[in-house]
Amino acid sequence: MLDSILNILPDLNKAFFETLYMVAISLGVSLVVGLPLGIILFVTDKGLLFENAWIKQIAGILVNLIRSVPFIILLVALLPLTQLITGTTIGPTAASVSLSVAAIPFFARLVETSLREIDKGVIEAAVAVGATPWMIIREVLLPEAKPGIVQAITVTAISLLGYSAMAGIVGGGGIGDFAIRFGYYRYDNTIMLTTVILLIVIVQLMQVIGDGAAKAVNKR
Amino acid sequence: MIEIKDVTKLYKVKGKEIVGVKNVSLTIDKGEIFGIVGYSGAGKSSLLRCLNLLEKPTSGEIKIDGIPITELGKKELREERLKIGMIFQHFYLISAKTVFENIAFALKAAGKTKEEISSKTNELLKMVGLENQKDQYPSQLSGGQKQRVGIARALANDPKVLLCDEATSALDPNTTKSILSLLKSINKKLGITIVLITHEMEVVKEICHRMAIMQDGEIIESGDVYNIFANPEKELTKTFISSVIQMDLPEPLLKNRKGTVIKIQFKGAIAEEAVVSELFQNFRVKGNILHGKIEYIQETPLGIFIMELVGEEAEVKRAISYIESRIENLEVVKQVA
Repeated sequence: MLDSILNILPDLNKAFFETLYMVAISLGVSLVVGLPLGIILFVTDKGLLFENAWIKQIAGILVNLIRSVPFIILLVALLPLTQLITGTTIGPTAASVSLSVAAIPFFARLVETSLREIDKGVIEAAVAVGATPWMIIREVLLPEAKPGIVQAITVTAISLLGYSAMAGIVGGGGIGDFAIRFGYYRYDNTIMLTTVILLIVIVQLMQVIGDGAAKAVNKR
Repeated sequence: MIEIKDVTKLYKVKGKEIVGVKNVSLTIDKGEIFGIVGYSGAGKSSLLRCLNLLEKPTSGEIKIDGIPITELGKKELREERLKIGMIFQHFYLISAKTVFENIAFALKAAGKTKEEISSKTNELLKMVGLENQKDQYPSQLSGGQKQRVGIARALANDPKVLLCDEATSALDPNTTKSILSLLKSINKKLGITIVLITHEMEVVKEICHRMAIMQDGEIIESGDVYNIFANPEKELTKTFISSVIQMDLPEPLLKNRKGTVIKIQFKGAIAEEAVVSELFQNFRVKGNILHGKIEYIQETPLGIFIMELVGEEAEVKRAISYIESRIENLEVVKQVA
């Protein structure tokens, strides 16, 4: 048994870093795009800083649209876009495109939810002080929602890890892909178990780090 | 000076129009502490929030020091808000920022430099007595301390006006007292006009110069606090005052009285004169005090006594008319049986 594990170790190692790579890129992109999108979803709401029914509607529909497409379909549907951006449709870089597209609206909604938990009175008090909307976003909304946003990053990262397994369908590589190809299709339970345990360890690690970070920034 | 002219605020809730504030006109003088009293839903909060345009009046005009704030553009309004501080019942501090940062936030909003912010914030911390808490987070503070941070934040840009939205309603009586005395000293020292709304008459009695009573969105009575306490006109006003000055007699006690029971009220200087003792010297009646209280409202005494007069009917009548000649306020609670 140890032998077979040792045998797959180089491949597993490669798969591990592919997964890390995919998750890191798509997490990065979803943060950069999803955070502003989440803020837009919140501040354009009725009675808030930039109340705007049109933007709210359009952003909301766009987010729901992407979120309602099953990831496996999104993955295939986005192949032309992937080709356009990365020049290929195979490999972890290519898979990162669809992963990012799926993660952006997911993260944006989580950001919106954590912003919604802020007491409206705190925002109002900042308005009464004479702060600009930009200042309120930067100095009130984001700091107040920080614990929630950190949790959202954790949840998004873990979801991305799960989704990245499906990337194998389009030859994306990674641990999930590895588990399916070597473990599932070849009925090799040792490999199957090893990869699953590895995934469990990664998820646990992410959760622990995320919870710790959320707790550290929570001053409530 | 705050001039409120014909201000009406309507809300639309599920297609229905609800009146928040109805045709309110009011002038609040520079440097005074003005209290607006009413039950919840009376519209006092809406009215207060109209003063810094947290809520936009449906119609009417509000001028602060001659500036028609209801007409201002977004940018001018923001600049004007720097000059109108506001504190809240639930403080509304930024929980992710320290005490220092919460106060500094207001100064940052005014575009102050780092040095200015630091020195002014420290000065404010000293004024509200929180120098030792400056690096703590709001969750580590007591209610009274949180409100002090709120006050420091509100005063950061040297406002002309301080709006207090039920500022002491979430605090215990002792803390309320200390916050009120802080507000009083701020008003005296800095000459800031304070407008406060409350449902606690005690607060008004403690620090306000003038007051208004609101009901169903309208101001039903307004004037000098002392005068209103001494001569309330409207039923609601009387109810509010009785919450502070309890003068009810137990029913059995009143029933067993043989003489005439009168309630007299001494106002101002007369409270310090010896009207009662003169009464007993000049008339052959016996007095029996059933209830008595002297309240000091803005350092002016307001005395209220309930007294039983026993004696010959004609003499009692003469005694009563003597009191009436000296004191405006006499009420016969119970005629001789």
